[in-house]
Amino acid sequence: MTDGSRAAILASIQGALGAAADEAAIAAEYDSLPRAYKRIGTLDGPALLELFTDRLLEYDAGVYRADTEGIGAKVGEILKARGVNRIAIPDDLPAEWLPAAFDFVKASRFTEMQLDKVDGVLSACTVAIAETGSIVLQNAPAQGKRSLSLVPDYQLCLVFAAQVVETVPEGFARLEATKNLPMTFFSGPSATADIEMTRIKGVHGPRFLDVLLVV
Amino acid sequence: MTPPETLAESRQNFPEAARELLADSQIRKNVRHATDVIQAKRNKVVAELPDWQDLREAGSAIRAHALEHLDHYLAQFEANCTRAGGQVHWARDAAEANSIILGLIQKHEAKEVIKVKTMTSEEIKLNAHLEAHGVRPIETDLAELIVQLGHDKPSHFVAPALHKNRQEVREIFQREMKLPELGETPEDLCAAARTYLREKYLRIKVAVSGANFLVAETGSVCLVESEGNGRMCLTLPDVLISIVGIEKVIPRFQDLEVFLQTLPRSATGERMNPYNSIWTGVHEGDGPREFHLVLLDNGRSPILADKEARQTLKCIRCAACLNVCPVYHQTGGHAYRSVYAGPIGAILTPQLHDMKDGRSLPYASSLCGACYEVCPVKINIPEVLIHLRGKIVEEEQKTLGGKLGLWNIGMQAAAFLFADASRFSAAQHLGQMGQKVFVSKSGFIEALPLMLSGWTQTRDLAALPKQTFRDWWAAREEREEKAR
Repeated sequence: MTDGSRAAILASIQGALGAAADEAAIAAEYDSLPRAYKRIGTLDGPALLELFTDRLLEYDAGVYRADTEGIGAKVGEILKARGVNRIAIPDDLPAEWLPAAFDFVKASRFTEMQLDKVDGVLSACTVAIAETGSIVLQNAPAQGKRSLSLVPDYQLCLVFAAQVVETVPEGFARLEATKNLPMTFFSGPSATADIEMTRIKGVHGPRFLDVLLVV
Repeated sequence: MTPPETLAESRQNFPEAARELLADSQIRKNVRHATDVIQAKRNKVVAELPDWQDLREAGSAIRAHALEHLDHYLAQFEANCTRAGGQVHWARDAAEANSIILGLIQKHEAKEVIKVKTMTSEEIKLNAHLEAHGVRPIETDLAELIVQLGHDKPSHFVAPALHKNRQEVREIFQREMKLPELGETPEDLCAAARTYLREKYLRIKVAVSGANFLVAETGSVCLVESEGNGRMCLTLPDVLISIVGIEKVIPRFQDLEVFLQTLPRSATGERMNPYNSIWTGVHEGDGPREFHLVLLDNGRSPILADKEARQTLKCIRCAACLNVCPVYHQTGGHAYRSVYAGPIGAILTPQLHDMKDGRSLPYASSLCGACYEVCPVKINIPEVLIHLRGKIVEEEQKTLGGKLGLWNIGMQAAAFLFADASRFSAAQHLGQMGQKVFVSKSGFIEALPLMLSGWTQTRDLAALPKQTFRDWWAAREEREEKAR
């Protein structure tokens, strides 16, 4: 049935559109589409991180800073403040990020059902967009599969200063090389405004979010 | 091609349905509150972007380009999605789409499926089809869950339950989730939904979703949402079935940099919605083992033939035009008696039906143009409304009843009179005499007869003055002549 339908739909489209253009003409037309919008940001390093921090705070996320050597200690501090202990991690997370005294469990050993029972998740990211306060996770090193950052109720995400860009187009430029990987943009904890347009934190995704900026 | 299943919920036309809904003051209050709040947020975050008009221009051009080469981009999408392990199905109409989806569900012997909010599945009435065949669809978007448990219909694309307030939601949840003690704060209600659904996410093996964009270049699918229910459905089950209109394809991954700026700001007034998922076929060890994408035509491809109305298909379903529309603001979505409400629904619904249904909808507008101004892909809705009105009139003029109808005779007479100065002037003088029986003591016309009565139902009409402008002009020239 579906083969006949495929041909019928394509024929109906072609009939409605008239003469088809060849591939080169379509590509040339695409290249000439107007794109006068802002692509490149103007903020310098500190101002950029400040904008990103402000956006995250607006989403009610916790924002912390550490230097490269201080990651493990800071992670411990944040987890302690949140009162969480059993934390799922991507299998390949560097050991020096993981403070002793917490129960870190590699995600590959978990089914989703078991993920539901951990306190939280810790991972890195691919890129962060300051203007919208968004962080992009991919199925890439130190990030793991998509459900890892979804099922637990608490999320701690590491963002390196060099990963922060200002605009959405700059973010997409960074993603271009790995665009085929499964990816999730998240901007604050999960939320809804479905009841009387009141924004409420935390429906199905993590209700609590902390971001550790590594500068 | 078989005609599309009717989108219209009943044969009732817009004025009749609107009259009923206008009598429900609770719905009007809820709709007014919700649309005011979204609009204020939208205006604030749109004003932040100095390049907003450039983003609209780019978004409009990308969508128009994709539609002009839709066959090319669909084939490209199919090839790339298939290469990545996805399975693409084509459905000419609702019946085919429903039977493809049911077949896949039955193949996996599933009795329940979890669903992410999809307008397309509303369009094909998928839930009713599944229920009729013993499969229970469970809506996971909070608003869709409210609508489903309340045995109600969605009234808005983005916030389908905006016509319900918290007390009404609480009553539904108390009854359907058997939670007599449930509180009425939005937090309480959300927590109830979270608990109710979490067990289902972890247990049910088949999910059905829609999608916001299909990327031809990579074969990727993009879905935007707020709650995380989408991510649950996209990543936890073994099998994912996405039903998507053929018009949703965009050429390249990079094009999302435009729409992921304009869509969230237009739809919910956020700089970015909480979650966007982008996936390409299946990925070993991450998400479903089987991914099916059903491409739905259902009356879309013929719209491409109409060069003026084709722009309707550029729509990215942000619903900004609903929120800003003075008509929607008063009536809410149910008055449109269609899955697609508001200004975009008023042009999309009749076209999806080859102009055989929803014919009163192009008239459900004051043509104020606010919808065009907010549209993130620059669909000139007023232009299409007038174009469709013209089509309807032309069709009606082809029937004997239409030709001899009062409207047609009246309009033809008006056209005849307006075409010639002396005829027009004669008509004015006739009008001055003829209006006498209608002019009240106040000097206004308070009630007109027959089809003109609609105009004076809620407003008075100024009477024609004793001296028309043309008379005054002629008299003035005479006076000047004499003075010389």
